[in-house]
Amino acid sequence: MPAAVQYIIIPLVKVVLIQITLLIGVALTVWLERRTAGFIQDRYGPNRVGPFGLLQPVADVVKLFMKEDIVPEKANKFIHSLAPAISVTIALSTIAVIPFADPIQLFGSEFKLQIADVNIGILYILAMVSLGVYGVTLSGWASNNKYSLLGGLRSSAQMISYELSMGVAVLGIILVNGTFELDTIVQNQAGWKWNIILQPVGFLIFLTAAFAETNRTPFDLPEAEQELVGGYHTEYSSLKFALFFLSEYANVIVSACVITTLYLGGYQFPYLQTFGLSPVLVSILQIITFLIKIFIIVFFFIWIRWTVPRFRYDQLMVLGWKVMLPLALANLTITAIIVTLLK
Amino acid sequence: MFADYGQILVFMLFAIAFVAIAFFVALFLAPKKPSYSKESTYECGEDTEGETWVRFNVRYYVVALIFIIFDVEVVFLFPWAVVFKELGLFAFVEMAVFLIILILGFVYVLAKGDLQWDKPQPVIPELKRQIFKVDSN
Repeated sequence: MPAAVQYIIIPLVKVVLIQITLLIGVALTVWLERRTAGFIQDRYGPNRVGPFGLLQPVADVVKLFMKEDIVPEKANKFIHSLAPAISVTIALSTIAVIPFADPIQLFGSEFKLQIADVNIGILYILAMVSLGVYGVTLSGWASNNKYSLLGGLRSSAQMISYELSMGVAVLGIILVNGTFELDTIVQNQAGWKWNIILQPVGFLIFLTAAFAETNRTPFDLPEAEQELVGGYHTEYSSLKFALFFLSEYANVIVSACVITTLYLGGYQFPYLQTFGLSPVLVSILQIITFLIKIFIIVFFFIWIRWTVPRFRYDQLMVLGWKVMLPLALANLTITAIIVTLLK
Repeated sequence: MFADYGQILVFMLFAIAFVAIAFFVALFLAPKKPSYSKESTYECGEDTEGETWVRFNVRYYVVALIFIIFDVEVVFLFPWAVVFKELGLFAFVEMAVFLIILILGFVYVLAKGDLQWDKPQPVIPELKRQIFKVDSN
């Protein structure tokens, strides 16, 4: 295979494919959320545009594009526009290190079903998650609106509080696997050895922190409608609001990918490699397994949103600092002791 | 390896391009009819009262400070965790000492009540001892 194809064409195709899949996934998640909300609240969700209302997100996007973009006179105009751009860019970039299947042989050379197999995959994810707080905080500050400011402040305090527990929970996985590389971590989870079995407490902490980092109910205090109107996106309309909306759902999908990769065995279907199927078929089955796992986690996110009410702010802080952080540290210590003993 | 980072860069450029195209398209599609009421700051239909950058709870600041301390701790823990299996007991004892010092700090913060968000009875520090003798006459 010519070098140009191997180093330019194939990576570009992968990048475009995954970006488009992610964007379609976002549209489907929005639809799924509204239909599920309708089902849970005993009403119809959107069901008019297209079959089962599937084209509703497309119609919404077109509508939002056609609306006037209102920027308040007193806002900092540049940062007001920059904030949603940061949110979306970060949300769409995080997925770059997630592996989707075993490497496959194609045209006589091996190629990985993953954008980039970097040896600091986990660090990359944690770094991007931390950057996500900038979009929300800057939008809260730049709108020059009291509700936005309060939403932005709440959000920054919430995200940094839960980021700690998230980091310490991930340390447990690194202790067990001895690497930052996501592909190796997934390979180690072959068979029954999913990290959810080895690290159940770490899984719970990570899941809770993921809810807090994506600002989803029960942690949606930054945009608590009853007290803060719209929180950090009170002053946003048309395209910029759509971008915030997109970044929220992209974050949900990315969190689902990360949770699946770290704790639920990634693309591994238990003992699939021992069935003696052809490698390409194995890879396709792995991609399907991965998508099904993501779907289950995303559905879980939606289900929680329409079932559990919002926390009070002091409850949120008590949970983050007095429950999750000590629990995560205890989990880390116990994991370290067990790893030392088993050596 | 560096090629992989290059691919991440391309991936990010695609995300940036997506945002740029979206802004560009909206520039042509969206109408522009600004007016005073539209561009005023939203405050439930009223004109805004006073400054936007109001005083806010000082505990946001305290939480941010505590976060920085613990985040640095976590940064030290990451390289330790990667090589833990090779180093074994020695690494465990060393990190245990490091963690105990930090947990002492955490317990101090808890005991001071800095992580308690709502304080029903705020403690106002007062000085019992008189510094200057006040002549009552």
